[in-house]
Amino acid sequence: MKNKLPLLITFMAGIIVIVSDFIPHRPFGTISGTIEEWFLIISGFAIILGNLSLFKVNLNKIQFKMENWQYSIVTLFSFILMVVLGVLWGMETNAGFLGHGESISSFLGDKKPFDYLFDNVYQNLSATMFSLLAFFIASAAYRAFIGRTFESKLLVVSAILVMLGRTTLGTYLTGWLPNSLDFLHLPNIASFIMKYPNTAGQRAIMIGAGLGIIGSSIRIILGIERSYLGGN
Amino acid sequence: MATHKPLDRRIIFLLIFLGVALPLIFTLGFKIETTENVEKAFNLIENTQSGSRVIISFDYDPASKPELHPMAKAVVEHAFRKKHKIIFTAFWPMGISMYEDILGQLASEFPDLKYGEDYVTLGYKTGGQVTMQKMGKNFRNVFPSDQLGTLVSELPIMDGIYNFDNISYVFTLSAGTPGIKEWVQIAHDAYGVKTSGGVTAVSAPAILPYVNDQEQLVGLLGGLKGAAEYELLIGSPGTATSGMDAQSIAHLIIIIFIVIGNINYYINKRKEI
Repeated sequence: MKNKLPLLITFMAGIIVIVSDFIPHRPFGTISGTIEEWFLIISGFAIILGNLSLFKVNLNKIQFKMENWQYSIVTLFSFILMVVLGVLWGMETNAGFLGHGESISSFLGDKKPFDYLFDNVYQNLSATMFSLLAFFIASAAYRAFIGRTFESKLLVVSAILVMLGRTTLGTYLTGWLPNSLDFLHLPNIASFIMKYPNTAGQRAIMIGAGLGIIGSSIRIILGIERSYLGGN
Repeated sequence: MATHKPLDRRIIFLLIFLGVALPLIFTLGFKIETTENVEKAFNLIENTQSGSRVIISFDYDPASKPELHPMAKAVVEHAFRKKHKIIFTAFWPMGISMYEDILGQLASEFPDLKYGEDYVTLGYKTGGQVTMQKMGKNFRNVFPSDQLGTLVSELPIMDGIYNFDNISYVFTLSAGTPGIKEWVQIAHDAYGVKTSGGVTAVSAPAILPYVNDQEQLVGLLGGLKGAAEYELLIGSPGTATSGMDAQSIAHLIIIIFIVIGNINYYINKRKEI
């Protein structure tokens, strides 16, 4: 029963949602709508669950002095600080338990404590993490982008053409070409590579992934794939 | 036999740093050319009647802000200029802060805009694709009130909007999932709403197949270059335009390193023979 009930619920929910796509009338449309609402409510709870899980995992790391446990202190401290500031004085237009905190806001350049930290710490740290990619891509490209085989040579040449064509430098380098040689203009070459070989490859991947999703969905609905129940 | 040693990665990092920083200080002013995909997205907004209700969805967070924020600002500015009534949504929790920031930046340029009439902020909703699906069936079930708690039935901009039928287009600024793919699959494919968007340069190749003859996506803005092109089209150069020089030089440095890496490889290979 412990296994059969979830399988039955999954089967019913899956079949109803699929059928409601083809027959969007009662009772299928209504039941499908209700299931979608349940999904939204469960998704809301998933956020709470995620936060609790983050808290628990980091707390365990600190408690048992696991590898890099010091970082968990920073995580938990930041987590608690942002929650407390948000709850006490709110964020943006929303008030917190202690109102809008005008006196503190005036001290922080008319920003609430939560917004101040979000704008001046979180946003900059996030952007920095993303921007670091440029350094690692440059280093990785130097080491790994080597034309060892015919295929890899093709990849290197197309990468260089796209990289140049997708910048203003590409426009500058070949902008002098006459109209009759417009097809050699770097942005046009980059657009061609992106539009035809890239799109063809991407579509193949998408079709493959789509078929894979259909396959695994059917397996889940029919109860063949049961790993979501916690077993193998 | 001695082989060529690979370059110290610190030299690579230093050159990339200088390649990005110097053009931001000393502008080179390379010419920007517009491309077909950006023009299509521009024309969608340009040719939509004034007064049309549109959705602009902020589906990104600060990590992608350097790339997506400039295009978000340009698109919102364009839509406001065309007097479109904008419904702001966010399928990423941080999306709210992103559009709040854009609205703050544009407040002085559009002082007459009235909240609830010319634009509305509906806030963040969890659930991704399923939530979009639900919006298509019953908008007010998903968003019974706006971000401030006002009932949508009390907002003039939401008059007569019960699903996607009265939405002229959806424009999404997307950094991942849920984002542009989900909007295409639901707003366009399931409900026939014109959909366009902007994505980071790294994810653009995977989204390009949706820009096709069926117009699943009406154009696409890819990365900083897409944003710079859009700024050029609306005649309002901003941070994307000024950042293009830095990106160009950074790309050039990466290409130079790829070439050096290959030369190194072939020299070493010859020595081995």
